[in-house]
Amino acid sequence: MRNFCLAAVGALLVTPPLSSAIAVEPARPAEITLEAMLAKVFQSIQRNQFDTALAQTDTLLRTYPNFRLGYLIKGDLLTAMSGTQVRSFGSASNAPSERVADLRAEALTRLQAYREKPPTNRIPRYLLQMDAEQKYALVVDAHRSRLYLYQNDNGRPRFIADYYMTQGKLGVNKIKEGDKRTPIGVYHVTSKLPRERLGDFYGVGAYPISYPNEWDRMHGRDGHGIWLHGTPSDTFSRPPKASDGCVVLANADLERIASTLQIGVTPVIISNDVEWLSLDDWQIERTALKNAMEQWRKDWESRDTDRYLSHYSRRFSSSDGNFNAYAARKRQVNAGKEWIKVGLSEVSMFRNPGPDEVVVVNFMQKYDSNNLKNEMKKRQYWVREKGVWRIIYEGAA
Amino acid sequence: MRNYMNTQTMIRRTLRRTLKASSAVLLAAAFHAPQAHADVQEASRLLKQGQLPQALESVDQALSQKPKDPQTRFIKGLILAEMGKAPEAITIFQKLTEEYPELPEPYNNLAVLYAQQRQYDKAKLALEMAIRTHPSYAVAHENLGDVYARMASQAYDKALQLDSNNTAAQNKLALLKELNSISNRSVYTAPRLPAAVAAVAPPATPAAATAPTATAAPAKVATAAAPAPDSSKADIGNALKGWANAWANKDMKAYFASYSKDFDPPGRQSRATWEKERTDRIAGKSTKIAVDVDIQSIERSSTDEATVRFRQNYRSGGLKASGNKTVVMSKRYGRWQIVREQMGR
Repeated sequence: MRNFCLAAVGALLVTPPLSSAIAVEPARPAEITLEAMLAKVFQSIQRNQFDTALAQTDTLLRTYPNFRLGYLIKGDLLTAMSGTQVRSFGSASNAPSERVADLRAEALTRLQAYREKPPTNRIPRYLLQMDAEQKYALVVDAHRSRLYLYQNDNGRPRFIADYYMTQGKLGVNKIKEGDKRTPIGVYHVTSKLPRERLGDFYGVGAYPISYPNEWDRMHGRDGHGIWLHGTPSDTFSRPPKASDGCVVLANADLERIASTLQIGVTPVIISNDVEWLSLDDWQIERTALKNAMEQWRKDWESRDTDRYLSHYSRRFSSSDGNFNAYAARKRQVNAGKEWIKVGLSEVSMFRNPGPDEVVVVNFMQKYDSNNLKNEMKKRQYWVREKGVWRIIYEGAA
Repeated sequence: MRNYMNTQTMIRRTLRRTLKASSAVLLAAAFHAPQAHADVQEASRLLKQGQLPQALESVDQALSQKPKDPQTRFIKGLILAEMGKAPEAITIFQKLTEEYPELPEPYNNLAVLYAQQRQYDKAKLALEMAIRTHPSYAVAHENLGDVYARMASQAYDKALQLDSNNTAAQNKLALLKELNSISNRSVYTAPRLPAAVAAVAPPATPAAATAPTATAAPAKVATAAAPAPDSSKADIGNALKGWANAWANKDMKAYFASYSKDFDPPGRQSRATWEKERTDRIAGKSTKIAVDVDIQSIERSSTDEATVRFRQNYRSGGLKASGNKTVVMSKRYGRWQIVREQMGR
């Protein structure tokens, strides 16, 4: 009876044989992940091998101290072994139900992530182009409570590792201050706050990210202080949905990715549900965008203002005003030009997660003309309108 | 679901089991000098009366003559435990486990002391050793269940950031009180079990044998149908199966009816105390109980008395215990009932 009940929890959590799950994890063959250990525990529970499950849980807790979910499983195993029926996951009589629900959610998300590893032959749609300086990129899949680390392998993102993460209590799509949501968008790490300057709550350190970005501001989103940070010293990991909007990692995991983070450079892309592209489709998407940018550059050099302006959305805005103001100014400037040369370098292109077709583009722009010469870092937001990529925002990066 | 109210009962039971276990170890000590023997008996009596310093003095006297004697050392361990000298008691039981690894009782008591100190991992290990030496040692199984429950509660505290420290402190006080009240019961006096088996036939039989046959209306039908002695064996077997079923069904009325009025509860408990404990253990269990008996031999010592040896397989929740059991059954008013019960053969 009791065996059945505890096993039922196991059945919910474990499905495929372990061997196949391990086979799709070539990135870290030597390291036995927490999820792999957890999966084995549940497999033993499913087979009614409580002694084995308990020994595996103890090993897990030795490797990952303060892992609360591990202690909950241990409690259930021991309760069952003591002869008391375990009716549900987290069978402590005095358990606050919301904490049990949190740990149950953590178990489910961790095991789901273990079963559904990111496809190794596919690329997150968002990483269209990393520039040479960007050694790594972080991609968050909030729905799966995962943070993926990608390395820039000559322009092609290569999967390195993935980590369990915590998002806002109320999920994603941050809109305003205090809404306890994690923003969705393309950001980067803006600074590093060392642990000495933080309370224990933030763990080994914190990395603020660039929320709200230009796109957020254009949509009236506000709030601030969205960080990547660690966990308190008595807590290995927090529930999947627990922060005020920050992305929270286990301290050990944050320390692992800390060495990959370049302040002001490393992109942090937060999605609700990562879209994956095959290498071919990824090439098609980035080529289309590169071509659009190249055409924009050429048309700028042509000094044909109408052709140049055809690359701008009617909804365009910049520090120089809306489309009409911008168009008027361009016509005026172009009238005084005998020749223009524009060179683009250090180009990065990151697609904004979500249903809108938006790509954030950063580059170094070398501008030369008969009467003006400058060099600047620029950021543009491109949107696809009726199948055509157009610029909707432009400004200094 | 274990709540903290239950923990007190649990500790009470745990301790009772420790002390009870001692009666078995007394059997292990076969020889000692007469004076040492007297001192040990005196120490037991004093311990029972709660005169702990005097008990310690007596037991130390016995040890001065027979320093290696396991029984005497065992009793010293109990006295020290009651005096609250857990570390010293632990040392004694620890050494006993090293020198007599085949005895489960020192392991058990070591475990109880560790559990008191909340060293549950050590308690668990000791009980597992006790069970390894005696797989059917029910006391260790039940104590292990309790240790698991306390470890579970500790794990839950860590998982859910609960604070049961206060409850634990209260339990500790309750435990000390309980120790004293237990010591007032005569639990570890004499090695009674083998004697019980040996001395089955003589005392009660004459009166019992004559009276019931005259009035035993229900049994008459059965005897008439099958007059051969084997029919009695079938009746005995059925009575024993009826007992096991009552146990499994948690039918306490039928369960107690399987025991004769003359049944001698273990540990010199009163019938009422024993019934209360059995009711706690059986009807009070939240999990299903399965008991089956595999009868190996039925030996008739007289027409109304028989010794039944069988293998008892008990299962409830996570606890599985199977072991050999011997009961002496007696026919009263046409019904076979248990008068003596003993683990082992």
